[in-house]
Amino acid sequence: MILSGHQLAIGYADRTVGENLDVALDTGEVLALLGPNGGGKTTLLKTLLGLLPPKAGDVRLDGRTLSARSIRERAQMIAYVPQTHIATFAFPVETVVLMGRSAHGNLFSRPSMHDRAVAAAVMERLGIAGLAERPYTMISGGERQMVLLARALAQEPQFIVLDEPTASLDFGNQGKVMAEIRGLAASGLGVLFTTHDPNHALRAADRAFLLRNGTRIGEGNVDDILTRERLQDLYQAPVETVVDPKTGEIAFLPGSPAVAPSP
Amino acid sequence: MTRSPLPGFLIALGVLVAGLLLAFTVGRYPVALGDLLQVLIAKLTGQPSTVPPAVESVIWQVRGPRVIAAVLVGAALAVAGSAFQGLFRNPLVSPDILGASSGAALGAVFGIFLSLGVFAIQFFAFLGGLIAVAAVYVIGSSVRSRDPILVLVLTGVVIGSLLGAGVGLLKYLADPYNQLPAMTFWLLGSLAAANVSDLVPLVGPVALGTLVLIALRWRMNAMSLPEEEARALGIATGPLRVAIVAAATLTTSASVATAGIIGWVGLVVPHLARSLVGPDFARLVPASAILGGGYLLLIDTLARTMAPVEVPLGILTAVVGTPFFIWLLANVQKTWS
Repeated sequence: MILSGHQLAIGYADRTVGENLDVALDTGEVLALLGPNGGGKTTLLKTLLGLLPPKAGDVRLDGRTLSARSIRERAQMIAYVPQTHIATFAFPVETVVLMGRSAHGNLFSRPSMHDRAVAAAVMERLGIAGLAERPYTMISGGERQMVLLARALAQEPQFIVLDEPTASLDFGNQGKVMAEIRGLAASGLGVLFTTHDPNHALRAADRAFLLRNGTRIGEGNVDDILTRERLQDLYQAPVETVVDPKTGEIAFLPGSPAVAPSP
Repeated sequence: MTRSPLPGFLIALGVLVAGLLLAFTVGRYPVALGDLLQVLIAKLTGQPSTVPPAVESVIWQVRGPRVIAAVLVGAALAVAGSAFQGLFRNPLVSPDILGASSGAALGAVFGIFLSLGVFAIQFFAFLGGLIAVAAVYVIGSSVRSRDPILVLVLTGVVIGSLLGAGVGLLKYLADPYNQLPAMTFWLLGSLAAANVSDLVPLVGPVALGTLVLIALRWRMNAMSLPEEEARALGIATGPLRVAIVAAATLTTSASVATAGIIGWVGLVVPHLARSLVGPDFARLVPASAILGGGYLLLIDTLARTMAPVEVPLGILTAVVGTPFFIWLLANVQKTWS
């Protein structure tokens, strides 16, 4: 199954953020969306989720225009993991995860035994079963990210779209989230995520889509597309590459070296 | 912590039962608890009771309608309050936030100004509430904004202030001997005049609105999320929001039309209910209904017994509600987690 945008113009009623965007995501693969702040990453994400209507072009899901599907049908196929936030009400974690079952019940239905079983299974899978009774407002940022991921998985979707899933997480939790993203793709889901860190794309994604000022700068396999030159072009800022001499693996550092190498 | 909601529900029920017993027994004509039970049992079994007819009349004709009105109005305001708090993602909003109360107030004052009958006054109050909320909704949603909820709330404040000016004008123009006292009394809120005929326009709308809100309670958790998140979960937020606002407005307007302006119940009771059964709306909405009925019944009993002259209900709920609100404001982080 493929989620794709064709010749998309994205933006809001009063302004266009990006134009002529083609993007495709297959099930079983991970696509990372990279680019400077204000470049249209979140807008593109919301357009692909169907939360924002495209200003031109169309979004297709499994060959059919997204807007032709009901909001409920969409939610059964695409799940959204927003940036973590503090909730207004101190819902228990299990209640938050159960909200992911909304698209599978009707307007008046209480969560069924099956819904509860699905919620329990995804919490188990993400290692947060022990948090089920805790208030969502009382757990750590990393745990909260896992809860939102569990809620998305409870939708039993084909695609998961994550908005900066590693932002505001500590180093250890960033690694954990990336490992989960790989795991989701391995289990057959298509994953799209935005990030400010090209290293996260290197770690977790198959392909990367580079977006600046609403224009596609490049797209391709992470190993091919994520180069120092491309990233400097993308962010309009100096970038350094470091290479592990043993494995040959590379990573990027933002900015110039603190001390200029002596001639 | 999620715990069993049962103890919380039992406490709410306990408050309601205590309120019922107190309301029937205390007052200018005290009724012994034994007499009350005997009358109830006699009514249930169809046997003639040995209690003096005066006592029976106090129970059925004098206090009965008022007790039912208090329970219904309290439940309605509390349920509407919990729904609005979820919908507007803010534990500090109350049913009057969208202009329902001020619209109903203007309608009723207009009816009194025209020296109309009780029924017409109630009808105008009801109409005023619905028109005010519709106006707030239309104006609020025609303003383009990234934060439609905030715009809606602010529009409610603005329209409410305009309606308040209208009430002020009518009071200024009113006959100071006949109309003005009636307006003032009504604006302060009271159940003193509640009788069987008052209950007729109250029961239908209150029951309908409350039942709609209770039926939708499973979706209210997700409705308390940011709009886009709720939609990504598969919820058609637009139509559902209209349904919830309409139901809550219906219950609020009907309550105001019967009992006048009784503030703060919709703010205080959902919070108390939340501390009893937790924030999950599936439990919160029914718990608010039970607790709201008991709460207003207790306050109304206080209103008619604490002083030789009956104290207006709206004054008592404000005296309880205002410090509570300030406390809530200062402790909102703590109490919500």
